[in-house]
Order: sequence, then C-alpha cells, then structure tokens
Amino acid sequence: MQKTLKKYFPVFALPTLICFMIAFLIPFVVGIYLSFTEFTTVTNSTWVGIDNYVKAFSNDEFVNAFWFTTKFAVVSVVTINVFAFAMALLLTRGLKGTNLFRTVFFMPNLIGGIVLAYIWQVIINGVLYYFQATLTLDAKYGFWGLVILMNWQLIGYMMIIYIAGIQNIPPELVEAAKVDGATPWQILKNVTIPMVMPSITICLFLTMTNSFKLFDQNLALTDGAPSKQTAMLALDIYKTFYGRVGWSGVGQAKAVMFFIIVAALAFLQLWLTRRKEQEN
Amino acid sequence: MEETRKQNEKLLAVLLVIIAALFIAPVFVILMNSFKSQFYIVDTPFVFPTGETFVGLTNYLTGIEKIGFFSAFGYSLFITVFSVAAIVLFTSMLAWYLTRVKSKLNRVIYYLLVFSMIVPFQMVMFTMSKMANMLHLDNPVGIIVVYLGFGAGLSTFLFCGFIKAVPLEVEEAAYMDGCGPIRTFFSVVFPILKPTAITVAILNAMWIWNDYLLPYLLLGTKYKTIPIAVQYLKGGYGSIDWGAMMAMIILSIIPIIVFYLTCQKYIIKGIVDGAVKG
Repeated sequence: MQKTLKKYFPVFALPTLICFMIAFLIPFVVGIYLSFTEFTTVTNSTWVGIDNYVKAFSNDEFVNAFWFTTKFAVVSVVTINVFAFAMALLLTRGLKGTNLFRTVFFMPNLIGGIVLAYIWQVIINGVLYYFQATLTLDAKYGFWGLVILMNWQLIGYMMIIYIAGIQNIPPELVEAAKVDGATPWQILKNVTIPMVMPSITICLFLTMTNSFKLFDQNLALTDGAPSKQTAMLALDIYKTFYGRVGWSGVGQAKAVMFFIIVAALAFLQLWLTRRKEQEN
Repeated sequence: MEETRKQNEKLLAVLLVIIAALFIAPVFVILMNSFKSQFYIVDTPFVFPTGETFVGLTNYLTGIEKIGFFSAFGYSLFITVFSVAAIVLFTSMLAWYLTRVKSKLNRVIYYLLVFSMIVPFQMVMFTMSKMANMLHLDNPVGIIVVYLGFGAGLSTFLFCGFIKAVPLEVEEAAYMDGCGPIRTFFSVVFPILKPTAITVAILNAMWIWNDYLLPYLLLGTKYKTIPIAVQYLKGGYGSIDWGAMMAMIILSIIPIIVFYLTCQKYIIKGIVDGAVKG
C-alpha cells in the first residue's frame, strides 16, 4: 500500500504544503534575509549586514520591551499556575457543583484578547478613578493590569489541564499515603505534585510562551502608554514595522531576535522534560 | 471528625462561589454599562444605570451601525468555518500520508511543520502579509489559504500523534478489498480520526475566531472581522464611544458563550488532549 500511496503525494500532501510554503516557509526564510537589509518592499532591499541588529540593541524601546516582557512573563507564570493549581485541587474533591464551577472558570479563555482587554480597561480605570489615576498614568498600573487580565484569561485553561492530571493519579496511591498516616500537606507534597509533574511542565510552558508572545491584550489595554513603557516585545516589533518609516529592517531584526528567544525557551523546556523522563 | 469535614466543605463551597463571582463580575459590569449613557461609563462603571443614565438599547443600535456588527459577524463566521474545515480536511490527509509513507523527505516535512509551531507570528508578519498581497490572498477567501498554512504545524502534529496509534490492519484490509488510497482514507481512516478531528477543530476555531493581527494585516478594515471591528471603535484620535463599546463587547461575547455551552464537553476535552500532546 505504501507504494501506491506514495504516488498520491499531490492529493494528500500538496494542498497543505503549498499553503505552508506561502504562509510560513518562504516568509520565514525571506524574513531572515531581510533582517540584514534595509528595505521598503520585499523586492527593493539593500544589504546592510548586522546594522539592523546593532540599531535594535541600542534602541531603548526594544531593551525596555524585553525587560518588561520578562518581568511580566515571570509574574504571570507564577501567579497563574499557583492559582490554577489551587483551584484544580479544590475542584477535584468531589464537591457538589464542580462541573458548574469548572464551566465558569474556563469561560474567559474563549473571549478574544482585544475584547478581553477592553473589558478590563473599563474595570481597572473605574477602580483607579477613586484614586484619581488611570491605567496609562504610570507603567506599573499597565503592568499589573496586564497581569490581572492574563490571570483571568488563563487560570481556567491551566486549571483544566491540572484537573486532568490530578484525576489521573491512581486513588490507591493517595489511600496508601493516608493509611500510612500522611498529613494532607505531605500527600500534596509527596504524592500529588510529583504525580502531576507532566501537567506542571505543560502549564509552565504554555503560560510562559503565551506571556512572551502576548500582543492583542497589550495593544488594546495600554497600547504601550505611557510613552511606550508598557509595550511588550510583540507590540514593539509591530510598532517598529508600521509606526516608523525606514525602520522595517530594524523591525525584522527585532523579530528574528524575538523568534530566537521564544525558540530558546521552547528548547529549554523540551530539554528539561526529556531529562526528567530519563530520570524516571 | 465528620462534623469538621462537613464544615470544611461548606467553607470551600463558599470560597468557590466567591471566586466564581469574581470571574463573572467583569462581564456583568460590562453588561450593566451597556445600557448606560456613554458619559457615565468611564468614571462610574460600578453604578447601576438609573433613570437619568439609562439609555435602553441606544448603545447597541449605534454600535451595530458604527462598526457594521452583523457583517463583521458574517465575515468572522465565514472565515472561521471554512478555515477550520480546510485545516481539518487537508492536515489530516497530510498527516496520514506522512505517517504511512516513510521517506527522508517526509521526515523533513514533519520536522519543518513541528518547527513552525514555535515561531512567533511577528517573525513572519511582514513578509507573509506582503506575500499574501502579491498573491491576491488579501480577501476573506484567500485568508483561508494563509490560515491553512499557518495552522498546519499544530494540526498535522496532533493528527500524526493519533495516526501512529491506529493499527495498520484495518487500512490494509480495505486496500486488499480494492479501495484506492482516497477511498481508504475517507471511508476507513478519517472516521477513526474523528476524536482528534474534533480537538483540532476546536483549537483552531478558538484561535481563528479571536485572531486580530493576521486578519487585520491582510484584510485591513475593508472586511472587518469581530476583533477588527471592536478595535476599530477606538478610532484614530483616542476618543472612544464607550457606550457602543460596551454593547459591542456584549454582542461579541454572546455567540462565544452559546458555542461554549453547547460544545462544552468537546472543548474541555480538546484543550486537555491538545495540551498533553502539544
């Protein structure tokens, strides 16, 4: 059968592959090339070597965006996972109405980033109004605004993954620990957490990459204000491309570095998971 | 012992209700404000509409007219449905081909697809939208091609993971009975893939329905999808009609909630499966 199927390459593989080349592969390769050039259109470009990269590094906005994104990612990853895990523990105790709560907690995740950000813009500004402040008055408001928003959006998602992980723990294991006189805290520390380690890695990875790549929420909540202090990497790249004439090359160079950061995080994650699996 | 247990459970239940209220409250505040005059929203969003501030459906009517909500809904629906259908159909075919035909080229293709999953959109944002312009894909039909290409990575990966576990015997039997590869795929393989197909459809639908930047770069404001339309309300000068904004937020959430409540079982399952294998 393999031989006959092989002849059907145009039917089975080609439609997706052509689209994949158009939407990803060619743009990716050309994108790397363009990061070493100065260009206005794809066909009109001159080679400038690493000039764009030098410009990007000496660009305060990019450096600031990098630190802002890193700080945001660290705070979000910690808060989201702690809350999500705690709520997953609450919802796996067989209480009444568990399904209803799960439905409610997951709901915000389906709302898109733009709409989500406008919802929170109204609410946060409404609260800050009592303190005569607004979201865009100080970068710290924007920062915590984004953290709250991200928590609201992702806690439900991560919680679902944690619930699946906790439900996969064989009940005998917990029973055995109880018989041996383990306290609830000991069970959590020595049975539950080690058993849901795979879920924890997945959730850490998902929240980390989602936080690093955040764009829509950033655009709609603060749009970088005040004076680009709350612009994260993705938004900064977007603004360099479309907000500044003659800087497309620098924008592309920033995008390449952004890609390298995200890819490095992904590989680090993969490597850590592999190492864990080998240990077991 | 039993007494304290019961008390604990009650406490936990109360705690859960409070958290649930916190999760719903934002949407409730928006709903409340969607009936208020726009001048009473920014400063006092937590006050119920009163006789003076209540404007009935005015916000909904102006909002619908301003951004063309129903056409935006139509475009969003069209793009999402057809892109998801294309992704499910074509990536499942590709995945079957890649898993069953072992060759060096196919391995390279597979790894390229997996690799595309970790590349952030900004990396290809500019070149891809230029490419789409050149090929005249900058319309609601052409964008389906782009979504298929950009969504191929995760979807093919998920299908491949499932197909590896499908026993070859069933397919071989169909093949022996004289079915060609196309018949074999559609009458034997695809039905087996249904659970994964649902997962792939859900994950892609959630992404495409809410996607803002890709359609914005390709379609601009000529064909506004819902996220583009909502962002469009902001306008160029920073002045927002907050009344219309509230109303449009509510209108754009309603279809999502209806979809969620009807397909909840599949969505939750899709999330878990997608995450575990992704």
